[in-house]
Amino acid sequence: MALLLPDGGLLFWTLISFGIVFFLLAKFGFPVITKSVEKRREFVQSSLEGAKEAQIKLLNLKQEGDALIESANNEQGKILREAAAERDKIIKVAKEQASIIAKKEFDDAKLQIAKERDEAILNIRREVAMLSCDIAEKILREKLSDKQTQMEFIEKMLGEMSRQNKLSN
Amino acid sequence: MGKKIYILVFVVVCLILPVNLYSNVNTSLSESNVHDDKEEGVNVQEIIFDHILDSYEWHITTFGHKHISIPLPVILYSKHSGWHIFLSNKLHKNGGSYKNFYPAPIDHPRAGKLLEKMPDGTFVRPFDLSFTKMSLSVLLNSILLAILILSVARWYRKHLDGSGVPGKFATAIEFVVMMVEDDIIKPCVGKNYKKFSPYLLTVFFFILISNLMSLVPFFPGGVGITANMTITMFLALCTFIAVNIFSTREHWREILWPDVPVMLKAPIPLMQVIEFVGIFTKPIALMIRLFANILGGHMAMLVLTSLIFIGFGVGKAMGSSMTFISVFFNTFMSVLELLVAFLQAYVFTLLSAVFIGNAQIEHHTQ
Repeated sequence: MALLLPDGGLLFWTLISFGIVFFLLAKFGFPVITKSVEKRREFVQSSLEGAKEAQIKLLNLKQEGDALIESANNEQGKILREAAAERDKIIKVAKEQASIIAKKEFDDAKLQIAKERDEAILNIRREVAMLSCDIAEKILREKLSDKQTQMEFIEKMLGEMSRQNKLSN
Repeated sequence: MGKKIYILVFVVVCLILPVNLYSNVNTSLSESNVHDDKEEGVNVQEIIFDHILDSYEWHITTFGHKHISIPLPVILYSKHSGWHIFLSNKLHKNGGSYKNFYPAPIDHPRAGKLLEKMPDGTFVRPFDLSFTKMSLSVLLNSILLAILILSVARWYRKHLDGSGVPGKFATAIEFVVMMVEDDIIKPCVGKNYKKFSPYLLTVFFFILISNLMSLVPFFPGGVGITANMTITMFLALCTFIAVNIFSTREHWREILWPDVPVMLKAPIPLMQVIEFVGIFTKPIALMIRLFANILGGHMAMLVLTSLIFIGFGVGKAMGSSMTFISVFFNTFMSVLELLVAFLQAYVFTLLSAVFIGNAQIEHHTQ
């Protein structure tokens, strides 16, 4: 029975002991610990989130860099291709122009040559005609001292000339 | 090989230890029992009650015939003769009595407590405010608890911003504190948990330390304050106050006008009576649960220990074999009691938190 009956004296001393300890712990003990741990949790949480964000940012940055490099490569290729095309075009145009000029010069030269040749031929013909006329005059002066021979020769010449004309035509 | 040596040592200790203890207990019993001086054998009931009940002095040990105990102040107030304040060793010198005060016999409802002998020969219990063994144990456990928590809190006070890494000991305490805070207090109490968290944590650690200290077989442990009805009643009373004084208006409305069909509450206040009784049964259940669990464990261990002495009372062979059984089961019980020490602290805190949480309900918005 003594086990089950509460004792006033013990209750009083328990109230004092427990009360003081409860006051001390409630003021300086547990709230300090829990508050600090909560703060630490927040800190760890925010640190983790920060790290995650940084990682994502880094990844984005890397992707951006890659994209930049790729576009630069593309641009380079494009520029090179364009340059090559331009070069080819210029060369082609230059070639065309050169060939036109060359052809023109060639044609001019040809015309000149033909002209000069014609002129030369004309001159030679004239010279030859003059020479032959001179020679013929001299010969005729010697040979055609009498009237007879003169007439015979004229006949003969005329025949020859007509023959020559037929040939040349 | 190592295991075999341990078993051998265990057996040898089992065989040697009880003979020594037996002689000790015999002498101490014969010393403390002035009235039953000539009685032979072991009075198990007395051993158990001597251990479990409160006493005016703290008997630590006995060397031969010399008792070593801490004298504690006895404070009595009698309507007949006024205040009496003296140290408990005076009781011992006079064979248990002092002036007109005599200890109550074991069959008295207040066994062991001092009673005043009136001039007409009747015994009346005075107002007893003595600082007893249990009171000192409560004080020591409270001091231990305060040192433990405040020394840990000192580090956290310097690191309130959450930086730094606490030491091993602080981490261990922090682990338990946060387990109680996160697993019990937050989910059970609800959004007002910060108001009740210091109380619930203090109760948890107070019960845990008291339970563990009661398992230490020597001073300053060995006194089962949580196996004492007064202490558990005090703790339950604290929870009762925390539940009912700080409860919401909605909590009282649910008691006085619960959401049940009108016929259950209108002409005859059936539900109201049930709810009202419930207010008191909850803390009483808390009180009995803690008290009975710790008391049961201590009693089982004491009875198992007493088996050795009963065995030796029968004969040497019986005593030796009983020693085996007793030490084996006591080891098992000690381990079990370690679990119970934690479990009962956990359960008391959990149920307190649930009761507080139930009293913190807000009005349902439909």
